[in-house]
Amino acid sequence: MAKHTITMTINGESVSAEVDSRLLLVHFIRENLDLTGTHIGCDTSNCGACTILLDGKSIKSCTYLAVRADGAAITTIEGLAAEGTNHPLQQAFHDQHGLHCGFCTPGMILRSVDLLKNNPNPTEEEIRWGISGNLCRCTGYNNIVKSVQQAAKEMQNQSESV
Amino acid sequence: MFKCKTSAEVGGMGHSVKRKEDARFLHGKGNYVDDVKLPGQLTMVMVRSPYAYAKIKSINKEKALAIPGVLAVITGEDLAQYNLHWMPTLLSDTQMVLPTDTVMHQSQEVCAVIATDRYIAVDGAEAVEVDYEPMQAIVDPFKALDSDAPLLRPDKEGQEDNQIYHWERGDRAKTDEVIANADVVVKERIYLPRIHVASIETCGCVASYDKDTQKLLVYLTTQAPHAIRTVVALVAGHVGLSEEKIRIISPDIGGGFGGKVPVYPAYVVAIAATFLIGKPVKWIEDRSENLVNGFARDYHMDCELAATKEGKIQAFKVSTLADHGYTDSSANPSKYPTGMFSICTGSYDYEHAFAELDAVYTNKAPGGVAYRCSFRVTEAVHAIERMVDKLAAKIEKDPALLRLENFIKKEQFPYDSPLGWSYDSGDYEATLKKAMDMIGYDNYKQEQAEKRAQGKLMGIGICTFTEVVGAGPSKDFDILGIAMFDSAEIRVHPTGKALARFGTKSQGQGHETTYAQILAEELGIPYTDIEIDEGDTDTAPYGLGTYASRSTPTAGAAAAIAARKLKDKGKKIAAYLLEVSEEDIEWEVGKYFVKGAPEKSKTIQDVAFAAYTNIPPGMEPGFEATHYYDPPNLTFPNGAYICVVEVEQETGAIDVKRFVAIDDCGNIINPMIVEGQVHGGLTQGIAPAMYEGIEYDDEGNVLNGTLMDYLVPTAVESPHWETGHTITPSPHHPLGAKGVAESPTVGAPPAIANAIIDALAPLGIKHLDIPITPAKVWEAIQAHK
Amino acid sequence: MIPANFNYHKASSVSEAIALSQELGEEAKYMSGGHSLLPMMKLRFATPEHIIDISKIDGLSYIKEEGDMLKIGALTTQTEMEHNALLKEKYPILGDAIWLTADPSVRNVGTIGGNIAHGDAANDQPALMLAMRATVVAEGADGTKSIPIDDFFHGFYMTALEPSDVLVEIQIPKAKKGSGGAYHKVERKVGDYATAGVAVYVELDVDGVCQEIGIGLTNVSAVPMRLERGEALLRGQKITDELISEVGQVASEDCEPESDLRGSEAYKRSIVNTITKRMLNKALERARQ
Ligand SMILES: Cc1cc2nc3c(=O)[nH]c(=O)nc-3n(C[C@H](O)[C@H](O)[C@H](O)COP(=O)(O)OP(=O)(O)OC[C@H]3O[C@@H](n4cnc5c(N)ncnc54)[C@H](O)[C@@H]3O)c2cc1C
Ligand code: FES
Ligand code: FES
Repeated sequence: MAKHTITMTINGESVSAEVDSRLLLVHFIRENLDLTGTHIGCDTSNCGACTILLDGKSIKSCTYLAVRADGAAITTIEGLAAEGTNHPLQQAFHDQHGLHCGFCTPGMILRSVDLLKNNPNPTEEEIRWGISGNLCRCTGYNNIVKSVQQAAKEMQNQSESV
Repeated sequence: MFKCKTSAEVGGMGHSVKRKEDARFLHGKGNYVDDVKLPGQLTMVMVRSPYAYAKIKSINKEKALAIPGVLAVITGEDLAQYNLHWMPTLLSDTQMVLPTDTVMHQSQEVCAVIATDRYIAVDGAEAVEVDYEPMQAIVDPFKALDSDAPLLRPDKEGQEDNQIYHWERGDRAKTDEVIANADVVVKERIYLPRIHVASIETCGCVASYDKDTQKLLVYLTTQAPHAIRTVVALVAGHVGLSEEKIRIISPDIGGGFGGKVPVYPAYVVAIAATFLIGKPVKWIEDRSENLVNGFARDYHMDCELAATKEGKIQAFKVSTLADHGYTDSSANPSKYPTGMFSICTGSYDYEHAFAELDAVYTNKAPGGVAYRCSFRVTEAVHAIERMVDKLAAKIEKDPALLRLENFIKKEQFPYDSPLGWSYDSGDYEATLKKAMDMIGYDNYKQEQAEKRAQGKLMGIGICTFTEVVGAGPSKDFDILGIAMFDSAEIRVHPTGKALARFGTKSQGQGHETTYAQILAEELGIPYTDIEIDEGDTDTAPYGLGTYASRSTPTAGAAAAIAARKLKDKGKKIAAYLLEVSEEDIEWEVGKYFVKGAPEKSKTIQDVAFAAYTNIPPGMEPGFEATHYYDPPNLTFPNGAYICVVEVEQETGAIDVKRFVAIDDCGNIINPMIVEGQVHGGLTQGIAPAMYEGIEYDDEGNVLNGTLMDYLVPTAVESPHWETGHTITPSPHHPLGAKGVAESPTVGAPPAIANAIIDALAPLGIKHLDIPITPAKVWEAIQAHK
Repeated sequence: MIPANFNYHKASSVSEAIALSQELGEEAKYMSGGHSLLPMMKLRFATPEHIIDISKIDGLSYIKEEGDMLKIGALTTQTEMEHNALLKEKYPILGDAIWLTADPSVRNVGTIGGNIAHGDAANDQPALMLAMRATVVAEGADGTKSIPIDDFFHGFYMTALEPSDVLVEIQIPKAKKGSGGAYHKVERKVGDYATAGVAVYVELDVDGVCQEIGIGLTNVSAVPMRLERGEALLRGQKITDELISEVGQVASEDCEPESDLRGSEAYKRSIVNTITKRMLNKALERARQ
């Protein structure tokens, strides 16, 4: 089967690789690049555990061919904030107890990055609908909503002070 | 209310300190099983049966083995050579690891393909040719008992029909008599459907056998690593895998909820594969494999509740048919095949009860896991709480009032229940009243009357449950003979920092924080200075693991008592350092001081340092302690939940307007974590109440084996939960704590069901089984037109 | 879950896509968002030998009014439609549907062209297109063709597109004064495919008489369905509550749902009745604004 050479930026670093046509982006990220913060929770594009940012937009990397990411800029949870620091969403999930087992957390956070980009000041309902493609079995969502609210505030403060 | 004894920096009990484990998860550095990558690792994929019941005529491996990268196809015949094709279940039944001739449920493992990578393994599994001869499956558990039903387990000696066992508790004759003579009797058949824990991480393992050292290392999604080690040794000891050579590591777990207690056949196949091939073998379940294998609930309960015409409850009787699939692999303590189902008499004071249960085989997946509940408590609570509401409806009494009049009173604890439990403590009346105040019960009652007058459907549902958790006293509770104690081992280092290890295993509950807080409370060492370690059988002390809300009741208690042992030793050291006698030393969080001269003191850190550098003559050096805690009794968390719903008559659409949960789980270690656990459990309560249920067709095919059709609630379906607490400490637990994580899963479904059925009451609808979907409501409304 | 092997090809232009498709033959499939196709390939319900990626073709992602048409490029994602100011202002029916389609991450990738070309009555866009009387513009080996939406859906996953046809644009008659549309679907939970959905698009003249009406139904028939009898009842009429009730009834009679996990046939018919009435009212309200 045909191999393809692809080049993309992952968390700010350029990577090139030879991949099969059918290699899924999630496996490329996890197994070829060893970035295991992106998880797999289903086979049917329903859970969102595999969510990453592709050119700034949240996508389900289990439903995307690696070869199609050629030329793209990808952010995974490992690259959301500089080593040793927290993105406001990471900080908020910690402060508001927005995670239990942590399995859905990377996907939730990356989805929320995109949500807040399009809607910097969402209502509770908009947050709930905005993360509806990401399942969490542990938290009951109350504290995830609070986390996104805290981050929204914090990010608005930051952008106002710039 | 609980008063904190420690400062926020020390972070003992009662402080909502932030979780210590968060950082790695927030940065994508968690280490879940699928993240493990060992050199030379191979991948295993299972070939699974498309049929619910079939003879296997042949398995042809050739096409699969012809694919470059496919290294082996392992069948039941292959395992039979080592006598590894069957394994015992936790309840002394037997389960196939891989079949040699018959498959007993859809998606049962048929054979395993081992390949160099995931993609090739999947191709290999597609290429294996299996010739089946399908047979008529038994899907309906009631038909399993028909005299002409085919015998599903002829392999079991003495098994003449499809009944697995009969169980009963209580006085049948007396209960029947009271029911026969009662003013009022309400009856219902209540079904709690098959559901799945559906943790977002599925199950999996990486098994690695080293032929030189003869050691087996298994990374495993397990809630009970030590028990698994013992099971593996029991199953595979005869091929040379003895217990000291086995190391189980339970790394970060992406949610367990009981689904990661059993030993799944693929684990054993992966172990066999690495043993045969000598290379690490990884197996990760996909979502459909996950949903179609294993289950919880599946109880059909015929209930009768008797009362006086004023509403004084007199007797409760429940006869249950339990569908266990083709083998009884329930994860229950040995002496309790039906778990704690006999808690079904509930929070009410009456004398007579009788519960019986028949378990049967069908052509469905085995499982019977304790899904976020302490072994069948969910079923029990649903039965009594639905029946109490039915009684209230029948005698036209406010269900809150009916409960208040029947509650076990605060002064009656410890209370001996009619089916043999000794409830430790509670204040049911205060808890329900708090919930009623918080939600504004009387206002809703009034609003409901107004809405009903306008023909609108609004319902208020209550559930006042009593749980039983923390198994357990070892005289009664064991799993495969191993007593259900749990353990803690504390090492305080010379600099006063500590490492503590436990026999339990967190799957998101936050043990790294709460255990550290328990130790901080007892020793005064800041929780941030205490590392918690669990899940590695080579380093952690033996324990039975984390499920059934048992970690705080057992391992938490072990931590407190081990810390107290250290404190006693520390007292001797402090006396020596301060040059006074031991009787003159007093303790206040974090330091020892001389009675009457508080300026003369030594901190716990000073004492720890001295334990390694300047010990009293004759004393054993070091500052370490271990405790194996065998609880004297179980604990009985309880709560009052109230739910308000509106139902649209035209479409059956259900709108959950409010949900208030008041929990009494005794003393609270970390309120933030407890609240988070309650939120999560509530969403896992609305799930079976309104959305989830594994559906079978007549051939035994699962109709909704993906997350597309198995409807795990999103943030939109999940209401904004409102929570609160009452605190009645457990009198026998060293910390007065009870365990909480499961109460909401137990308490929410009946509260929601009661609310919806209350909404539909004006139409003459008296009962609906969960999940209560809009479609089901609509059908019921049509049927009552 | 992993797709069977196939060969991936990237097309940089429509003509290259067509040429590739002709060269590779019937076993080749176009992929735009891939959010209908790839899930089917992962479950091995679809096993194409070749995938021709058309998502990188420039110039097929736009939303504009031109002449008397609203034109939407086939590669426009559902998210782009969700946030588009023109659609928000003048075509809220599209927003109704997109808000209820899948989830935001899927919508970031899924395209309107793919949603329609998939030929699945469970998708939400087809009913809208029926209601709005869209025209599908495709380019193929023999040039450009315009296919009225009523001629487009042929069967389960079958459309008027030839294997090498690329759907390039959707054309919808421009919103006139006095027009309004609305869409709703009942779903078991957010992100689910419809139990039943109804799209209504209505044009009223100054006297409030219905000049044009379109009603499309989601997931209650094998092929996306137009409610012709209902439309005929309303066209040329002043729409009254009685008429609306009658059309709801007609909708419940004419739809062809099957009993399945989403509910019984009778339940679905009843739902169609209810939503048809509600969407008629909502569309009328919008038309009158
Ligand atoms: C979890 C999930 C939930 C979903 N829920 C919904 C929902 O509720 N409602 C809904 O409407 N949709 C839903 N979808 C489908 C989603 O909207 C799809 O993205 C959309 O239907 C297809 O768009 P696509 O661009 O991804 O198409 P693709 O998957 O790329 O293609 C679909 C089909 O159309 C063909 N095709 C695509 N583009 C063209 C073109 N330009 N010319 C010719 N042929 C073409 C392909 O060959 C293929 O056969 C869901 C998807 C997922 C994964
Ligand atoms: S793994 Fe579930 S959506 Fe990607
Ligand atoms: S924290 Fe466990 S799935 Fe969300």
